[in-house]
Amino acid sequence: MRRRKQKDLLLLALIDLAAFLSVFLLAGIVISVFARGFPAVSGTFLTAVTSILHGTVGIAGNIVNTIYIIVLTLFIAVPVGVGAAVWLNEYAGHGRIVRMIEFTTETLAGIPSIVFGLFGMMFFGTTLGLGYSILTGALTLTIMVLPLITRNAQEALRAVPAGYREGAIGLGAGRWYMIRTILLPAARPGILTGVILAAGRIAGESAALLFTAGSGYLLPEGGMGLLRKITESGGTLAVELYLSMSKAQYDVAFGIAAVLLCMIMLINLIVDTLVSRMEGRPEPEDLQMHEWKSADRRCNTRGREYRWLPLRSERIN
Amino acid sequence: MAAVKIRTDQLNLYYGSRQALRNISIGLRSGAVTALIGPSGCGKSTFLKTLNRMHDLIDNVRIEGSVYLDDMDIYGAGVDVEGLRRRVGMVFQQPNLFPMSVYDNVAYGPRVHGVKDKDRLDRIVERSLREAAVWEELRERLQRPASGLSGGQQQRVCIARALAVEPEVLLMDEPTSALDPVSTIRVEQLIRDLKKQYTVAVVTHNMQQAARVSDDTIFFLGGEVVECAPTYRMFSRPLDRRTRDYIDGRF
Repeated sequence: MRRRKQKDLLLLALIDLAAFLSVFLLAGIVISVFARGFPAVSGTFLTAVTSILHGTVGIAGNIVNTIYIIVLTLFIAVPVGVGAAVWLNEYAGHGRIVRMIEFTTETLAGIPSIVFGLFGMMFFGTTLGLGYSILTGALTLTIMVLPLITRNAQEALRAVPAGYREGAIGLGAGRWYMIRTILLPAARPGILTGVILAAGRIAGESAALLFTAGSGYLLPEGGMGLLRKITESGGTLAVELYLSMSKAQYDVAFGIAAVLLCMIMLINLIVDTLVSRMEGRPEPEDLQMHEWKSADRRCNTRGREYRWLPLRSERIN
Repeated sequence: MAAVKIRTDQLNLYYGSRQALRNISIGLRSGAVTALIGPSGCGKSTFLKTLNRMHDLIDNVRIEGSVYLDDMDIYGAGVDVEGLRRRVGMVFQQPNLFPMSVYDNVAYGPRVHGVKDKDRLDRIVERSLREAAVWEELRERLQRPASGLSGGQQQRVCIARALAVEPEVLLMDEPTSALDPVSTIRVEQLIRDLKKQYTVAVVTHNMQQAARVSDDTIFFLGGEVVECAPTYRMFSRPLDRRTRDYIDGRF
């Protein structure tokens, strides 16, 4: 008995240590990046473009490029990815083709991003003649993040209780109507989780972009220039970070790293707020007896688990 | 004897190679409550779902024979399945309200079938909730999320949701099995009231419930109908020995 207890204590200590270590490492990285990065961050750094003529060092162009790439990639990848998930889950059945597509998707998710970069450069850049441009980069990243978005959307759709489908179909709803009004809204938080993860990967990607979107660092011109920018070269923050490192400009590199970290935190924060608002949490007085339900729903945050976990009772059937 | 609303003719159903229903030929009387009883896995829920083609959702199900709603063969060619499900509504074992407000839940069916007018929707929602005997409890909280309701309220809102499309037949698959005794009594009372306007079929595990709410009873065993008779007759003088054993609780 006694030895058993000692063993338990030892295990518990190890688990605590592991937890502490992972938190400590993360905090350490964030602190050291901010400590070294913030001195480089200044008003000019954020709002100017690097220019020998004016003697300025700035990443405004890269910030704008990053936003362009994220928005454009998601603009293409989200409809395609969610559409693919709906088709795979709701229409395609369980045939060989579906299994093949799912296998391909999984494989696609494991490919190193530089391979996407190579393919993107050859296909979108050269064959389609898009050259080094934000569009080439966004199309390349679309292929890269599609599996992420599709898999997450599929999981989210699967997590919708079967009772919702039966209920809607039983009332005479057509399949597409049911998907549009019940399935997609119920799966929205899970789908959004995939989208955030994708946005994070896009913001942090350098290898796949270096030879597709290029390293342009100028700000877009106003008016039509804003649209034209899509066809011009544009390096994201992560690409610029890589380039600064290769030029041994470590102050700039850390500055960019700090900005990048802030940007990703901001994205997470915004989407987090959106997701919790979308869930439409029951109002306090509605909870009463049902508090355990919402606790159940809230206990999972990111990754493969979703906040819209069906209640235990809803899952039966 | 009232007219027959739904009639099945030599109905067989297979899950893959396993036969779940065998040669079912029975009728549900119009304006009556029919209870479907039998031990677990006897096919009563499976049978219920054939009546509004809910099996269409599942792969690997094969159906032979015919089901007639009035005189229409619902498995015939060119049948409007969505229209059929409007005429034959369904209430499930677990309350399955959608994650939206009470109002939107009840208005879902009418909206599916193209009702957009706000006033008309308001009237339908009120009428349906009244028919399902939850209007007084919920009239102040129609816009609140349905997930905050108690189990019994949820199930009655589910019934209201089914009634909102003005079905002719209401199929109920163990509607009280997830409810507490008080809610169960209210739902049973409701079922008895509903037969004034609707033809009702109720699957139940509970013999007393069958005796309390139904006019006719059908006893299923192993995918077959053993006996089919007016409830009072079946419970007082079962013809088949297996029926008597089941009613006596010997299964």
